[in-house]
Order: sequence, then structure tokens, then C-alpha cells
Amino acid sequence: MHEMAVTQSVVDAIVAKLGDATVTSVRLEIGRLSGVVPDSVRFCFDVLCTGTSLEGARLDIAEPSGRARCRDCGEEFTLDDFILLCPCGSADVSVLAGRELRITSVEVG
Amino acid sequence: MCDTCGCSDSEVRITDHTHTVVMEQDILAKNDELASHNRAHLRSSDVFAINLMSSPGAGKTTLLERTIRVLDTPCAVIEGDQETLLDAERIKATGAPVVQINTGAGCHLDASMLHRALHSLSPAHGSTLFIENVGNLVCPALFDLGEAARVVILPVTEGPGKPLKYPHMFAATDLVLLNKVDLLPYVDFDVAEFQRDTQRVNPSARILPISATRGDGLSDWYDWLRQPVRS
Repeated sequence: MHEMAVTQSVVDAIVAKLGDATVTSVRLEIGRLSGVVPDSVRFCFDVLCTGTSLEGARLDIAEPSGRARCRDCGEEFTLDDFILLCPCGSADVSVLAGRELRITSVEVG
Repeated sequence: MCDTCGCSDSEVRITDHTHTVVMEQDILAKNDELASHNRAHLRSSDVFAINLMSSPGAGKTTLLERTIRVLDTPCAVIEGDQETLLDAERIKATGAPVVQINTGAGCHLDASMLHRALHSLSPAHGSTLFIENVGNLVCPALFDLGEAARVVILPVTEGPGKPLKYPHMFAATDLVLLNKVDLLPYVDFDVAEFQRDTQRVNPSARILPISATRGDGLSDWYDWLRQPVRS
């Protein structure tokens, strides 16, 4: 389960930036095309925060949808999965959003 | 400067007794930074590093044993498995330098593991470095190691639909090796359908049908390895 490594990276990055300041909440952005399952991150977060300055912190996860633009017809459209197909039938599309994997902000108490 | 945590004022928004620290940081930033370091180091040594990914039993080690014996450039191998030195011993028998990484509970290699392995292996200038990732079609896709190219091996025995079921792995690859084609007469596998499925998630991926045991298609694989694809 790569979510364990992903969540450990979240905890490490926050501790590296804020030291031992008490963190009360964490906001993440996990895009729907990122390959990371938010529910698994929630599970790992509670486990990995125990004994750190993040223990007991609330976790808010925004899940931006996938969006793509067709290079043939120029249309922008929602991408619900990794099948790169424009409604016009072209597979020549570029993914604009949905791959986000970011720590947006934290609340410090 | 904030008294609580030392961050700069511009990042802080005060709301009563707590304050918000804006981070806007990629979660995998540390891994990606190390991967860039690995990539620069490999490029400066003219080492062509390939991240080989597949599920367990796809034929990665068999393919490497054969490739190392045929290829006219020096090869080195980093083996990733949860446990044992079994694969490293098979590679060692070919005469190529090899380092085994045991990830324990881990399901993928990351850039820091590769960094440590590179220090231990020191691949020769101008060599081809094969990084055999942990057998897994999900997790390795997410972690940049610093490789120059990604190769996914899918044996026909795994059945149809894999590019659509595991799109992240297939979307992130440069080359797909369709292995064990010598078994096609005995399994229900439609090569044309597999090619269509792969193109749906990765229109630019090249597909080479091979048999690592019988040798079918391997000259195409060797030609691909000799190409200056060192992006």
C-alpha cells in the first residue's frame, strides 16, 4: 500500500517545516487521477501521527476532478478515469488537472 | 517571523488561537528531489537506467539473465524484493554486478533506496543499469527513482484488461514488453485487444511482444536498449 509511504511523506514534510509546533489540522489535495486513495491516507494518517506533533490533528482532503484538453478539437472535458479519450474520439489529449498530490496548508495551535 | 513555529509572516494567517501555515508543497517533493539528484548523477556517468516493473512472476529476472549475456554494453542490476537474495544470486551468475534491496514490508522502491544502492553498486561509465522494481502493478508507478526510461512487462498468462485495470502503471511507461508469447496458443489472450487497451491509457507507449525463455522478439528489445533514448 503506497499510501503509507505517501502519508509518511506528509508527516515528515510538516515536521521538517514546523518542528514540534502542535498541528491541529492538515489540508491535502489528492487528485482523482493521482493513484492515491484518500480513505487509505486517512487510515494511515491516524497511525503515523501517533507520538508526533500531529497527533490528534484533523485531516481534510480535497479531491479535484480530472480535466483534460483535446489536442485535435481543442475541447476541455472532465476525465473520470485514466482512459484518455476525448468525446470527439481522439486519444491525443493532455491532462490538465486531477494528478494533484499536495499539502496545501496546516493549522498550528 | 512567527513565534510558534518560526515560519515567515507571509505564510501565516492568524485566526484566534490558531494560525494557518500555507505549505503548497508536493507530497512527494522529497522523493522527487532525490530522484532528480539520482538522474543527474546517472547522466553524468552516462549510465542508462531503466526502471523495470511488473507483477511477480512476469519474467523480469529471466529477461535480465538473457539480456545481460547478449548485450554488448556493460550491465549492472539493482534488484528489489521484499525478502531474500534469490534474484541477486541469479544475476550474479551472469557475471554482472548486482545489489539486492530488500524492502521488508515495503511494496515499491523509492528514490532514497536507489540512491543508497547506487553508492554501493557504482555502475561503470557507459553501462546499462536495470532496476528491477518490487513485483507489483500498483505502487511502483507513483515513485520516480531517477531512471531514464520505464518498462512494464506483462505476461500473456495474466489475462486481458490489465492496462485498464492498472492504468497508472501503463500510463507511466515508455515501453511495454508483452512476455511469454510462446504460451499464446494455450491461454485466452487477444494481443490486438491488449494493444488497444494500452493505447487508451498511453497513446505513445511502444509494445514489443517477446518470449524471454524462447527468444521471440528479443532482437527488437536489444535494439530498443541500444537506441539513444537517454532523454
